[in-house]
Amino acid sequence: MTEILIGKAASFEDGGRRIVFHGDVEIGVFRWEGKFYAYENLCVHQGGPACEGLIMHQVEDVLAPDRTFIRQTFSESDVHFVCPWHGYEYHLTTGECVGDQRLKLRRYEVVERSGEVFIIAE
Amino acid sequence: MELPLSNHRRMSVDEFDTRITLSHAAKQARERGYANFPIIDVDSHHFESESFAEIVKYIEDPVVRQLLESSTIAGYRGVGALPAGLGYQDYGGRIMREPLRRLERTEPKPHRDITLTRRWMDSMGVDIAILFPTPMLHLGLHPQVEIEVALSYAYNRWLVEHVLAQEPRIRTMLYLPFNDPTATYRVVKEFIGKPGVVGFMVTSNRYRPVHHNDYMKTYALLEESNLPIAFHGAYNWNDQSMLMVNRFISAHALGFVWYNLVHLTNWVINGLGERFPKLKVLWIESGLAWLPFIMQRLDNEYMMRTADAPALKKLPSDYIRDMYFTNQPMEKTGDVALLETTFRVIKAETQLLYSSDYPHWDFDLPSVIYDLPFLNETQKRAILGGNALRVFGMEPPKRKLAVMD
Repeated sequence: MTEILIGKAASFEDGGRRIVFHGDVEIGVFRWEGKFYAYENLCVHQGGPACEGLIMHQVEDVLAPDRTFIRQTFSESDVHFVCPWHGYEYHLTTGECVGDQRLKLRRYEVVERSGEVFIIAE
Repeated sequence: MELPLSNHRRMSVDEFDTRITLSHAAKQARERGYANFPIIDVDSHHFESESFAEIVKYIEDPVVRQLLESSTIAGYRGVGALPAGLGYQDYGGRIMREPLRRLERTEPKPHRDITLTRRWMDSMGVDIAILFPTPMLHLGLHPQVEIEVALSYAYNRWLVEHVLAQEPRIRTMLYLPFNDPTATYRVVKEFIGKPGVVGFMVTSNRYRPVHHNDYMKTYALLEESNLPIAFHGAYNWNDQSMLMVNRFISAHALGFVWYNLVHLTNWVINGLGERFPKLKVLWIESGLAWLPFIMQRLDNEYMMRTADAPALKKLPSDYIRDMYFTNQPMEKTGDVALLETTFRVIKAETQLLYSSDYPHWDFDLPSVIYDLPFLNETQKRAILGGNALRVFGMEPPKRKLAVMD
């Protein structure tokens, strides 16, 4: 087990992310609504830098009670990051692939201690 | 540059570099040993619209030239010179290289398109790339045939002089103004033997039947010249059938296959494989899943209606197996056994040519082929490069041309 110091928590803008290196492994660290999340920066699709893409909320169809389509909107709570190579989307809080939740990015535990942020890596 | 995000957020980006965004591709190339064999990419693109001011100078018709020059005035968007494809290829900016491309810095020389193309080729380990335009993929839908003829002729001349003659790693199958069969023949006749011209390409999204007698002269010339003809798939959301679909994914998934299905069916059923048995026919950017479908459909109906296709001397699928195909966008999410079967029925080890389609949104890296569990090393190398070298009559590079780290 290795602790990788990412930096001071206060230096992380909410909604921001950093890419850090642990040997050959790239890890994307996100701060979202005050919490930290870390995943290997390697898309399950073709190996793209999944953690470097846009952060976008889930697009939702809005249906009326009679099940007719009204419009589309962005979710207020379900947020994704999107691999910039081909558009594979991942739930920011779990690393699960939106299109097929059997597919997941490798997740790393993140701890805050004395105002500093660490990733726990093997 | 400010990219719009969901729920009124924005993301500021100041720089973009192909080599950085493709650093994982370069890592794949090193890990898989691409330095040990040639990789030929049979379908890649540039954005010729960014060189439009240079291209329109090659238009010979003074009226057409003046009309299209008007569209190059900086910041002026009042002129629609191309039947631009309605669509959202960049997926709302999620495919970041599309909006950010303009931030990428290049030196004044060589031409920016050469620099950008070399960067992605080197990152992926690609030695030779066949380059096609992007907005002009829709030019076959232009209601003014004379504009297709004039603009494509100008583009072809510009591409040969400014790109192909300057960088031997970049080749093309030149755009044919297929809505004008006479001009089509003239382009083949004039450009055979020009630097980097390894064949000729028809953009498929158009409404001209490939079996029309007007084209026989061109097919004969291509066959005699041992140069392939390619049909490059594309969508047209304004097609009557496609007007029924309401999402870009639907228009794209169906459209890129639809026109090639029609053209391939016409090619086979009208016996063009018998009339031009040595003409190499290549189908680009429809993926692979359509091939088992159309092979089975045509064989099944042919057995019940041979009189509808009297020119055929074997099953339709046998003619299809004589053709060549590119992989991208290869359907990778299903049962791998389906993909393996597809490779077997199209004789992939001799008929399939690797294509990336880079930088478009659904590009395929060489690893899409290299990592397939059912191919051996010889088959992988054939699909990634050897088949293309044979089909295009290219000399195998004496050394790796891609500059790999």
